[in-house]
Amino acid sequence: MTDRPIYLDNNSTTFPAPEAVEAVLPLFGDIYGNPSSSHSFGQKVRHQIELARENVAKLLNCKSGEVVFNSGATEGNNTAIYAALDGMPDRKHIITTGVEHASVLEVIRYLEEAGYRITELNVDRMGHIDLDELKNEISGDTALVSLMWANNETGVINPINAAGDIAKQFGALFHVDAVQAAGKLKIDLTDESAVDYLTISGHKFHGLKGAGALFVREKAPYLPLLRGGHHEDGRRAGTENAMGIVAMGAAAALINREMPEHIEQMKKMRDRLQAGLLSACDDVIINGDQQDRLPNTLNAGFKYIDGEALLMMMDAANIAVSAGSACKSGSMEPSHVLMAMNVPLSAIHGSVRFCVSRYTEPEEVDAAVEQTAAIVKRLREMSPFGHAEQRENGLSAEALEKHKSYFATA
Amino acid sequence: MLTYSDKVKEHFINPRNVGVLADATVVGEVGSMATGQALKLYLKLDEGEVIRDAKFQVFGSPSAIAASSALTEMLKGKNIDEAARITADNISEFLGGLPPEKMHTCVMSMEALEVAYARHRGIELETELDEDAEMHICRCYSVPEHKIERAIRDNGLTSIEEITHFTKAGGGCTSCHVDLKMILERVHADKPAEVKKTPVTPRVGADASTLEKMKAIQDVLDREVRPGLAMDGGDMELVDVQGNKVYVSLHGHCNSCASSTTTMKFFVEDRLREMVDPEIVVIDTTEHSDELHAPPMR
Repeated sequence: MTDRPIYLDNNSTTFPAPEAVEAVLPLFGDIYGNPSSSHSFGQKVRHQIELARENVAKLLNCKSGEVVFNSGATEGNNTAIYAALDGMPDRKHIITTGVEHASVLEVIRYLEEAGYRITELNVDRMGHIDLDELKNEISGDTALVSLMWANNETGVINPINAAGDIAKQFGALFHVDAVQAAGKLKIDLTDESAVDYLTISGHKFHGLKGAGALFVREKAPYLPLLRGGHHEDGRRAGTENAMGIVAMGAAAALINREMPEHIEQMKKMRDRLQAGLLSACDDVIINGDQQDRLPNTLNAGFKYIDGEALLMMMDAANIAVSAGSACKSGSMEPSHVLMAMNVPLSAIHGSVRFCVSRYTEPEEVDAAVEQTAAIVKRLREMSPFGHAEQRENGLSAEALEKHKSYFATA
Repeated sequence: MLTYSDKVKEHFINPRNVGVLADATVVGEVGSMATGQALKLYLKLDEGEVIRDAKFQVFGSPSAIAASSALTEMLKGKNIDEAARITADNISEFLGGLPPEKMHTCVMSMEALEVAYARHRGIELETELDEDAEMHICRCYSVPEHKIERAIRDNGLTSIEEITHFTKAGGGCTSCHVDLKMILERVHADKPAEVKKTPVTPRVGADASTLEKMKAIQDVLDREVRPGLAMDGGDMELVDVQGNKVYVSLHGHCNSCASSTTTMKFFVEDRLREMVDPEIVVIDTTEHSDELHAPPMR
């Protein structure tokens, strides 16, 4: 049990940066006008929002007119997909991958029922897509290619520029879910980039929940998801979430100033965590490619134990991590990402995701390693597979054989 | 995130009876690495076939750990024959209820007990089929057909989702959902159509006196309940009737077997509701030898 809680679930959400909180405080006081109003009350808030837009545009290296504020990534992903398809009425094919976030995958699967042809690109054991498969599947009928920049569970990074170039060759629109990339990777959406739409969410990079942004390239087709007002230049109706937007702007400004140091810091802590776990625990595998990976993410599979058990015991010890399994509708389903990577279920069971932030300290990493190792040891002692001699000669020898041969090749 | 009862959490964080029982009389083991959960249950019996000690080793989720811990607590002090009647529902009840998605963990505990019991009695189980991957309906979690069929029958399952909750089958790649649907339809078709029994005793009207009601109840107990109990060396006595509340107590072989009284209560209640009064609630007044295991009174 650690004295103060340790948070290692930063791909889920992040600690609001003190600078972001400070930037929002005046909006709880005198600066409360409706940004659509032309009087000074409204214009003060409008000014704050436009400052935020500039900071976000700088984060994405795009024009500020290309930034549409919204409620977050789910809205951004939905909007981008519907806008793209509306702009390509003659094309009936969509390409994505099997490891996307639900706010992309479920929308696209829904569109399949509406008559679109869907291709979900495969990923290999390291979590990479195959650009040749993209080349083979894409055609003049492809309206949209939608890819995540980096995967939320494994941190594996997609070759966005190369994929975008292929999309352009066939005249398809290109959407990128960059929720996990913002603040962790350099994003550059100048005119050379093939990206037409790109989604980010403020609370994933130390802003507040409930505000995000969709990059829409100037020339890309657009269709508002919400109608009923001229907000955001008629692109997203509804009074702006001024506090969320201002916090996101302040969080973006911090990244714009200090991103190389942030990345360095996260990478140092993640690597310390990975090295610590690998030396403190036996029988651990790292899921996903270790080179093309976000600097803050570590997906580790602990053999012979169950990830949910590990997660709950860590929670009891005051450390927050998340299991490879997503809890959809309350049910513990095996991770669709690790399944798509063909990680055998026997290895998915004990997979846990650790994600540091730039605020993570070495002492926290060391305490997490110590606690994790102790809990893994305890669960293995409890497990009929956890004892070397029982693994060698006893229970369910056949299943164990299969299991061993997998780990020998992993 | 699933919400667990405090008792589940408590048994998960501080599981009772973890470990190997070196001098176990019998061991029951189920599951495998591939299915994502496994349980090895060790029982030590005395000469009277009473379980003196129980220990376990488990691989699985928090609820699998809690269910195993609960089972060992429920087993201690019970005769092996009584113990064998413990159901997955009893284990869940003991823990204050599990989320439906996690019922398969109680099923696993019950199965380990079944294997131990069968081994002790020299009964052969249908487990050899489990080893043959060709026979698995759900390849992700290595679930054989007979296990799915049984879960449907025993628990009255009606949907694929429920099958997943009880057996894990269909919880992975979902490619077996078509097969699960067929099994579901087949099992329900196999089930003999429910014969509407004509009540032998006419239903007692709302205006019936307590004495009339009591007579009708006694009649149902004598015909429908007591003969079955007598075969197991037990008996049931009608203690009192107050309004819709029917107080009974169990005797002989039955009174120490708290787990089966829950089943018994529902069976009796069912019969009485059909034949006497649909509002009847049966209350068991038996003083069980082990209070810890007494079913919750309603």
